[in-house]
Amino acid sequence: MNILLQWAPFMPTAASHNAPNVDNLYGFIFWLSVVFFILVIGPGAWFVYKYRLKKGEEHQPTPRITHHLGLELTWSVIPLLLCVVIAVWGFWDFMALGVAPADTEDIFVTGYKWGWRFEHRDGTKELNELHLPEGKKVKLVMTGEDVIHSFFVPDFRVKADLPPGRYTSLWFEPIGVGEHQVFCTEYCGDGHSGMLAKIIVMPKDKYAEWLRVGTPLGPGETLEDRGKKLYSDKGCLTCHSVDGSRLTGPSFKGIFGNPQPLADGASVNVDENFIRESILNPQAKVAQGYSPIMPSYQGSLKEMDLNALTAYIKSLK
Amino acid sequence: MADNNHGHGEHKSFYEEGGKGIMSWVYTLDHKRIGLMYLVSVLLMFALGGLMALLVRFELLSPGKTIMTAQQYNVVFTLHGAIMVFLFIIPAVPAALGNFVLPLLLGTKDVAFPRLNIFSYYIYVTGAIIAVGAIVGGGVDTGWTFYTPYSSGTSGSVVLMVFGAFVLGFSSILTGLNFIATTHKLRAPGMTWSRMPLFCWGIYATSLIQVLATPVLAITLLMLIIERVWGVGIFDPAKGGDAVLFQHFFWFYSHPAVYIMILPGMAIISEIIPTFSKKAIFGYKAIGMSSVAIAIIGFLVWGHHMFVSGQSQFASMVFSFLTFLVAIPSGIKVFNWTATMYKGSITLETPMLYALSFLFLFTIGGLTGLFLGALSVNVHLTDTYFVVAHFHYVMMGGTVIAFYGGVHYWWPKMTGRMYNEKLARLACALVFIGFNVTFLTQFVLGSKGMPRRYYDYLPQFQTLHQVSTVGSWILGLGFLIMVSYLLASLKVGALAPANPWGGLTLEWQTSSPPPLHNFEKQPNTKIGPYDYGVPIPPKKPGTLEGAVHGTSS
Repeated sequence: MNILLQWAPFMPTAASHNAPNVDNLYGFIFWLSVVFFILVIGPGAWFVYKYRLKKGEEHQPTPRITHHLGLELTWSVIPLLLCVVIAVWGFWDFMALGVAPADTEDIFVTGYKWGWRFEHRDGTKELNELHLPEGKKVKLVMTGEDVIHSFFVPDFRVKADLPPGRYTSLWFEPIGVGEHQVFCTEYCGDGHSGMLAKIIVMPKDKYAEWLRVGTPLGPGETLEDRGKKLYSDKGCLTCHSVDGSRLTGPSFKGIFGNPQPLADGASVNVDENFIRESILNPQAKVAQGYSPIMPSYQGSLKEMDLNALTAYIKSLK
Repeated sequence: MADNNHGHGEHKSFYEEGGKGIMSWVYTLDHKRIGLMYLVSVLLMFALGGLMALLVRFELLSPGKTIMTAQQYNVVFTLHGAIMVFLFIIPAVPAALGNFVLPLLLGTKDVAFPRLNIFSYYIYVTGAIIAVGAIVGGGVDTGWTFYTPYSSGTSGSVVLMVFGAFVLGFSSILTGLNFIATTHKLRAPGMTWSRMPLFCWGIYATSLIQVLATPVLAITLLMLIIERVWGVGIFDPAKGGDAVLFQHFFWFYSHPAVYIMILPGMAIISEIIPTFSKKAIFGYKAIGMSSVAIAIIGFLVWGHHMFVSGQSQFASMVFSFLTFLVAIPSGIKVFNWTATMYKGSITLETPMLYALSFLFLFTIGGLTGLFLGALSVNVHLTDTYFVVAHFHYVMMGGTVIAFYGGVHYWWPKMTGRMYNEKLARLACALVFIGFNVTFLTQFVLGSKGMPRRYYDYLPQFQTLHQVSTVGSWILGLGFLIMVSYLLASLKVGALAPANPWGGLTLEWQTSSPPPLHNFEKQPNTKIGPYDYGVPIPPKKPGTLEGAVHGTSS
């Protein structure tokens, strides 16, 4: 069992400056717990085995041991001291995690039902994806739009709630490049478990290129494929189905090329321009029977992303 | 159940003395009947909450939809939590077992205020009907914690459910009040505070918390109702309120409530272990005082639910330190129970098996609390399955296991019948195994980063979720077997002797089941509740060994 050879068993990849500190304390508590578990259950099991009444035996008088001051002090004071060590250690790392250094890149994060919006300093917006350059300290300044959400990156060992009406923040320094999962960890309704995001840490030059054009198509990837990926990555799937079933918004199935009745009683033919407008300025023309709650994706989709999504919706006959 | 167990016609049980028919139960003032009515009620609620748990686990067998939609899942897990907390665990030990056993253990005829007692029961039933009505009337999807502003905005019958919890709180307060008065004023002659059984100490400490903390829950829930019905912005930032304020109010009650749940469980263990070890309890004072210490410190740690909520770091530091402080009295108890078994004369009947399961599971529950108390580690683990596993080890592995230990321990006293010991051991083993399979895996899920209250999950978590679900089936099977042999015992069980386990506390000095006024003659308190270490007379069905034992010393 290689688990028994690890200092911090079951913890995910440690990918931030902070993660090894957390893992050190986690490991300390883990192995201390193993020792204490054996110290409690070991003697207990031994007593049950040794002093059990065997078949055919009668109860014999037992010694009336009522207390033992020395023992009782031992098992009160030693755990108390160990608890103080753990508490101070935990607090130490917690403070380091709570106080961001001065040279961070600040990014605004908004949690909403059900997705994540990231706003870079240069105005670039992202939904459910956060691209970051390698080797940069990042501070997230966060708030919830509707209810409380919570931003959790297991690989970074960071988490903070996003209560509406105020800012909370956390900071981290990713180690190396790679993709890291983000979860919402404060229950927020039906889409809670789909409220996911990815943090993508890239080499500096790739990051600069990404800022300019977005992510280029991979080998063999069609525009429709990219659209399908964006449909799930950007969270369209939370409100729009592709099988005709009714969710918060109209289904994409068979929508293209057909007339769509609007909330104001008019009707519009679903074409490329209508799709584009509905993504960038969703309140302009609201489909009949649906609430005008879709957020704008202006700034969070590059030109190619819009093309890809339009191509994907077109393909859903 | 109403048979006369003694055949001589000299001792009549309370089943006969109190009269027959449904009305004799509806209007009863007898603490034993009230206790039994509570017992039946909480067991029904456990069955309902357990069914919800099985549905939750079944849904999580595969990612995406297995048997229900996200909306249904959210309603089901909310009901599981709310039913288990408000309708099962909180009343289970104090109101059900406490009502039946506390006056017997104290050597008195009844509780201090019998009318208040039956009133509390009807308040409980009213609250339960309202809460279950909320389920039928549209469902509630807020989680049992009702966090704002989600709960101020979501559809469904939140107000009704919250009102149900509000009503239930009064039942809890009045029962606590009753037990405090009973413990102070009605102890048998000769039973000083320091000779009181530890069960009574535990229930006493619990009652203090019930009386002091529950009103805060009532206030909180009332504010939530005001916010929802009249749109007053107390917690909803959109209306100028503060979302986190609700959490402070809520946990100010609900953390002490955790001790309302666990202290009575510990109290049962303190009775079972000496009886089945035939040995004096080790560290009587330490166990009794640690209950009171837990009750007091328990009021000062609510903020440890909110380390990532945005509360100040200074507050978090204080709450973290206080949280570690509460670990000490709990640890002391565990060490004392273990030491009690040293040089004992141990038999492993079902109640003892539950007590040993408790030791094993509660120790894991307590140790995993260290992870969550440490601030930096808490940041990673909070709101993941690690927390789910931790509180199930404490609440279910602790309280619920102790409760079933108590049910098996006092079943002969309550019903006058013995259950099938073999089946009982089998069920206990299944519950123990099923529990560990279900929840040990969830610690691993949590460390790996699986968030709680998730309808859907990433494929990498599937294997562990499946193991956990299979564990829930083993657990369910164990409880199913338990129901069957307990019900069967009422018809076919052997008649129970007055003192089947050779215990020294006063309830064993009277017949099983006891007469209406509990004792035929003043119970003997000359011998202390744990004064083992003198020859134990052999068990003879139908005799009053405890009394014989007492007079012989």
